[in-house]
Amino acid sequence: MIELYVLLIFMIIGAIIAIEMKDILSSVIAVGAVGLGLSIALLILKAPDVAITQLVVEILCLIILIRATLKKDLPFSTTGRWLLNTLIAAGFIMVFLFVAIKAFKDLPEFGYPIMRVADTYLKEGLVKTGASNFVASVILDFRAYDTLGEATVLFTAVIGVLAIIRRIGRKKKDEVVEEDDE
Amino acid sequence: MIIYLLCLILFCCGLYCILRKRNIIKIILGIIIAEYAVNLFFILVAYRMEGRSPILSSEVEIVNMVDPLPQALVLTAIVIGLATTTLLVALAMRIYEKYKTFDITKIKELRG
Repeated sequence: MIELYVLLIFMIIGAIIAIEMKDILSSVIAVGAVGLGLSIALLILKAPDVAITQLVVEILCLIILIRATLKKDLPFSTTGRWLLNTLIAAGFIMVFLFVAIKAFKDLPEFGYPIMRVADTYLKEGLVKTGASNFVASVILDFRAYDTLGEATVLFTAVIGVLAIIRRIGRKKKDEVVEEDDE
Repeated sequence: MIIYLLCLILFCCGLYCILRKRNIIKIILGIIIAEYAVNLFFILVAYRMEGRSPILSSEVEIVNMVDPLPQALVLTAIVIGLATTTLLVALAMRIYEKYKTFDITKIKELRG
């Protein structure tokens, strides 16, 4: 399990670099490193399907973010209530950490999950669905409505992006249509 | 238990970035980092010591597979995360076109 610790520390360092870097493009690349580290960590944790999806999604995410940040690297304001803002953020994170560590006491120990629902899937999955990959049998058969909801969210997001990005709308009569291709 | 704590620290990095930074792209990066941490946490909960990935093969007996249910849920969550990130980036690009800046302290005024 030592490699998992190393990967997690690598991801935390990558996240800190991404947060504190002045150059936006560099921080986007650092987030890409965090995502690829997460992909390897998922492979170690025996979740190959999730690791493949994470890899693809990470690369797409990187492309979209780089497209958004190209040539737009502006200085942003550092003046104003620096101390107050930092104190509020730190206080919020402290409260969150306190509650989360209290909640962790009730979790089962790492490496020994309860698996009350999944036992049924593992026992009857092959007979009921005929799929040898249990993750596929869960998302496509036992919990197919979940996947239907996912597809709904996905298409709603795509419609939203199209509505936001689209330039040509209905114009008033005398208005000059100005467009710049990107 | 230490490993849950490391995952929580990763989440807190993202939370700090969301709360403290003033650049819209940085805030989006913080949301992405927090999302990665939550996905990783679900997979960590599902892990079983000396477990095998939940795929059947003909020659090996099924003894100790990891929990397939959180893996299926995370698979859904990752794809939804990509969709919401794309929506956020599209909004940020439109804001940049209108105000010529990513700085959230300068985006206070409404402009018709």
